[in-house]
Amino acid sequence: MRCGQSLSLKGLVVSIAVDDSITVDDSVTAEDFIAAEDSIKDKSMRDYWRINQQRLAPVLFLMPGLLMFVVYVIIPIFQSVDISFYSWDGLGEKEYVGISNYVELMDDEAFYTSLKNNIIWLVLYMLAIPAGLFVALFLNQNIRGIRIYKSLFFFPFVISQVVVGLVFSWFYDPSYGLFNKILAFFGADPIAVLADEDWVTYGIIIAGLWPQTAYCMILYLTGLNAVDSEQIEAARLDNAKGLKLLWYIILPQLRPATFIAMVVTIIGALRSFDLVSIMTNGGPWGSSRVLAFYMYEQAFSEYGFRMGYGAAIAVVLLAIMMIYIAAFLYKMYRDERGH
Amino acid sequence: MLQNKKTLAALFTAASMMSAHAFSGELVINTDTSDPAPKEAFETLIAGFEAENPDVEVTWNLFDHEGYKTSIRNFLTADAPDLANWYAGNRMLPYVNAGLFEPVDDVWAANGLNDSLSSAAASMTIDGKKWGVPYTYYNWGVYYRKDIFEQNNIAVPSDWAEFKAAGETLKAAGVTPITIGTKYLWTAAGVFDYLNLRTNGYDFHMALTKGEISWTDDRVKDTMANWKELLDADFFIENHAAYSWQEALAPMIQGKAAMYVMGNFAVAPLRDAGLTDDQLGFFQFPMIDANVPMAEEAPTDTMHIPANAKNKVDAKRFLAYLARADVQSEMNATLGQLPINSGSTVSDDKFLQAGYQMLSSTEGGIAQFFDRDAPAEMASAGMEGFQEFMVKPERLETILKRMEKVRSRVYK
Repeated sequence: MRCGQSLSLKGLVVSIAVDDSITVDDSVTAEDFIAAEDSIKDKSMRDYWRINQQRLAPVLFLMPGLLMFVVYVIIPIFQSVDISFYSWDGLGEKEYVGISNYVELMDDEAFYTSLKNNIIWLVLYMLAIPAGLFVALFLNQNIRGIRIYKSLFFFPFVISQVVVGLVFSWFYDPSYGLFNKILAFFGADPIAVLADEDWVTYGIIIAGLWPQTAYCMILYLTGLNAVDSEQIEAARLDNAKGLKLLWYIILPQLRPATFIAMVVTIIGALRSFDLVSIMTNGGPWGSSRVLAFYMYEQAFSEYGFRMGYGAAIAVVLLAIMMIYIAAFLYKMYRDERGH
Repeated sequence: MLQNKKTLAALFTAASMMSAHAFSGELVINTDTSDPAPKEAFETLIAGFEAENPDVEVTWNLFDHEGYKTSIRNFLTADAPDLANWYAGNRMLPYVNAGLFEPVDDVWAANGLNDSLSSAAASMTIDGKKWGVPYTYYNWGVYYRKDIFEQNNIAVPSDWAEFKAAGETLKAAGVTPITIGTKYLWTAAGVFDYLNLRTNGYDFHMALTKGEISWTDDRVKDTMANWKELLDADFFIENHAAYSWQEALAPMIQGKAAMYVMGNFAVAPLRDAGLTDDQLGFFQFPMIDANVPMAEEAPTDTMHIPANAKNKVDAKRFLAYLARADVQSEMNATLGQLPINSGSTVSDDKFLQAGYQMLSSTEGGIAQFFDRDAPAEMASAGMEGFQEFMVKPERLETILKRMEKVRSRVYK
């Protein structure tokens, strides 16, 4: 119906324009004629804008963002895929090598170590969601100075990941770190968490959970603001409390917050680069590498001159992310429809 | 006649002005010398050059030491300075191959550098051309706590048996023989290089880093067996994979460890931490096989002209200045390192003198360093292997096989 309206309006504009030009037709100079034509153009432009405003405004507002997104995200994705078929040191000539980078990946121990670590990251990083929920529930009360407590709990997310990494590497330090002082207090032998191939990834994930929990907490805190108090009262009247109340009444209402928390945590886990770089530099002997770090190492680090190979790793990482997120979105979509 | 003279003089002035005009300009220098001593050395160097060449205006971009290693790639291709510092040997190979460095044989020929810098000529040469000018190098060796050695009546070890005996005595006294921090891997390569140079010699080291010898070769295994002796006897500090080289200085400063296989740059932080020259000493890495001539490691730092530089004429003047004996003497006194120019004087610092004596009497040859002699990929895979071996020596076979796999791919 809106469409029809705009069409008929357009017709009107045209007729007006025709009328105008007829009135000016008698005048002498060409300049007048041009000026008149301009004003008609102006007018018709303005009218076009007025009529299509509703349709054009969103496009115009989206334009800068879309442009950035295309230039800095979409195009580079295709470029990465392209580079992954070449052998290239980033400086000289590219040499087309087909899928041999991928073939090499399939037979690369370091790649599997990174992949395994990425999976550990994905699974354990999810702990940030229940942890964040717990803290949010705990802080969701009205007492004096609650804002200060909230800010303090949110603090780890505000400080840089690099600082988090440094703090935790001091915490784990085998000779003077707090962690081993605690172990010693209980009579246990010191563990050099960051120098032990079995512990190192877990050690880094714990460091990562600290800020990530804060992030999830803030998402849930905003979510809790929107929880309908009438529903809670109604549930209370029906004698629901504790975990049951949480599970059947509160959590369903927090679904949007959970969704966002899941997405940011998955992405955070897959791109866990800075902590690895700061805390261990991928070591000991590469056992704490994740795909993002391995890609950096191969392509950009001090000894990395393999852009093609790095791009191949990046493509695999992208594929994993796409599968994970697509599956997740599909599940969310199905759940939504189910209601 | 007078007229003639005048004309000549005018012509001469005009010519010199023209040449000055043609040559004068802005000279952009990028360096990674962000630590205090190197920074000061470069400040003095540039001030000296500007004083002698008032027509040149130097713009100096100082980069963070670690960040430089990645940013050099960008600025060499995109926005090249007129000069950049880097390292000799294979470390410059990617840039030479990509045509990003300018050959400077003319600077070498015009300034007699083939004589004065002859000791570093080989490490500056790729494909028969010289790709830069070296300005400093430093020795590696064993830095040790002299006072702890004296307390336990240990003489400076000169061969493998004495070295191991010294370690046993230290352990009996509750001191870990050797400190090391392998978090950033290259420190382990220093130990490997010395063990390998002493076990198999300089030529083997060069052949190995050039990819001519398999990593599963028995001679490599001999080196690793010697290393394993030290590992089995707990010669190295625990948890070294968690420390950087700077963090590993702490046990030595505290007297918990007595030796450090390191480059001469370790002396400055050890002194800053309060160790006096009576407490701190240096000795040459001990002999393992009497039939192998003693070779040393002495990495060389260099300056290059990027191929895309705008002001190559002044850049070459700067290189000529940098190569001069008096300039290198002064610069290296500040750096606490050794000048390349044979006409330079070495500062009378105890450690520099010891290093200089050792290097100038070396029979076996002077290597750069594992990660400068080997290409980048082999270096990183190798150093990772060394670190793993130091913690899990029982995995030797797997580690060497993995390194061999990298070798077969890297050197085509």
